[in-house]
Amino acid sequence: MTLARRVIPCLDVRDGKVVKSVRFVDTKDVGDAIELATRYDREGADELVFLDINASHEKRRTMVEFASAVADQLFIPFTVGGGVNSADLAGEILRVGADKVAVNSAAVRDPRIITEIAGRYGSQATVLSIDARREGDRWEVVLDGGRVPTGIDALAWARDGVARGAGEVLLNSIDRDGTKQGFDLGLTEAVASAVDVPVIASGGASSAADFVELFRKTSAGAGLAASIFHYGDATVGDVKDALAAAGIPVRPPERAFA
Amino acid sequence: MIAIVDYGVGNLASVRKALAAVGAHAELVRDPAGLRNATAIVLPGVGNFGHCSREFHRFGFAPALRGARERGVPILGICVGMQLLFDGSEEDRGEPGLGFLAGKVVEMTNVPRLPQIGWNALGLTGAHRWLRDVREGDHFYFVHSYVPEPAHARDLLGTVEYGGTRCAIAGSDDLLGVQFHPEKSGANGLRLLSAFVGATTRAAVRS
Repeated sequence: MTLARRVIPCLDVRDGKVVKSVRFVDTKDVGDAIELATRYDREGADELVFLDINASHEKRRTMVEFASAVADQLFIPFTVGGGVNSADLAGEILRVGADKVAVNSAAVRDPRIITEIAGRYGSQATVLSIDARREGDRWEVVLDGGRVPTGIDALAWARDGVARGAGEVLLNSIDRDGTKQGFDLGLTEAVASAVDVPVIASGGASSAADFVELFRKTSAGAGLAASIFHYGDATVGDVKDALAAAGIPVRPPERAFA
Repeated sequence: MIAIVDYGVGNLASVRKALAAVGAHAELVRDPAGLRNATAIVLPGVGNFGHCSREFHRFGFAPALRGARERGVPILGICVGMQLLFDGSEEDRGEPGLGFLAGKVVEMTNVPRLPQIGWNALGLTGAHRWLRDVREGDHFYFVHSYVPEPAHARDLLGTVEYGGTRCAIAGSDDLLGVQFHPEKSGANGLRLLSAFVGATTRAAVRS
């Protein structure tokens, strides 16, 4: 037996509703977030990630209340990201029952937030979320769904973030996000080789086979996807069945709690 | 009353909410005196052992926990809370644990990545009544870089494979420490917590 590879549905949340962004524009409503999260849990999701896609400004209270509501009903780990811009806000989200917070643009603007959150709440609660896009022969960190280039090298940033205390890297390929072309294996393995913490690959998954390929060809600890699950192209259970059939270690379906 | 030791660190709300899900009312206790009426105690903790240990001692919980242990109050330690049941950790030398279980907490070496984050299968090496519903191979959610090494084989009740065989569960009669997070381990975790809550009820009847 060994550590299972994780399958993580991602829910883009706005005002408690799930939306799916295709390259972060053109969003569509796909229903109540907690209802959907509960379904994923039943189907065998190993963790959940909630990204509040417009929390950057006025919606912080909503994020904390939302995290609390999730923790009331679900007993699997979950991460909250999107708009986490202070260690205090991270603390509030963790205190109500979230397991991790993901920081992205706030960390690029001021990397000290990584150290601060990790120092107060531990590296295991601190996820560095990176949006990366291919630029010539390297990957560049971009913000705001790709609208804002930073000039920062994604591998260097991953290393720096981990050195500052991030306990996990959530790596989103902007080139693949919403394209259904499969995970970006090159980017994923490059980052996974650059750091010694677990890497969650994100962006581009369109089938169970994409997850099999991800775990066969890279050392990512987890694969994250949104639309494949939202629109029923495959269930979480389908993906885990395919992984198990391919000999990849997964958490088996659990016996229900009576 | 089940008391969750609140020394300002960790996933207290998650533990309270998971206990609520198995029908138990638990209260966060910030004052060591509040442990006197506890029928059972959960000692949580996440993150860094040294930080947890310092805060735990600063709040003055060690004597209250020792008193509870002497009274036979069931105690469940989770993650760093489990590690605190041991003598101490190399993560922060000099920060003592409670010494309820003999052994040291050490950093995992020869591992693919640290922390270990995710679901891993349990090996059962000993029996304990709060583990009555746990089966060999059940998956639980782990998040840790350090792990206790029990000095006595009899205290080692469960193992996990991560760059070697590691201690996942340790304990004795009214004491159990789990390295994983039962409050985040889905149905498997709720079953374990439910068995613990059952022990609480019996302890209350005894006293």
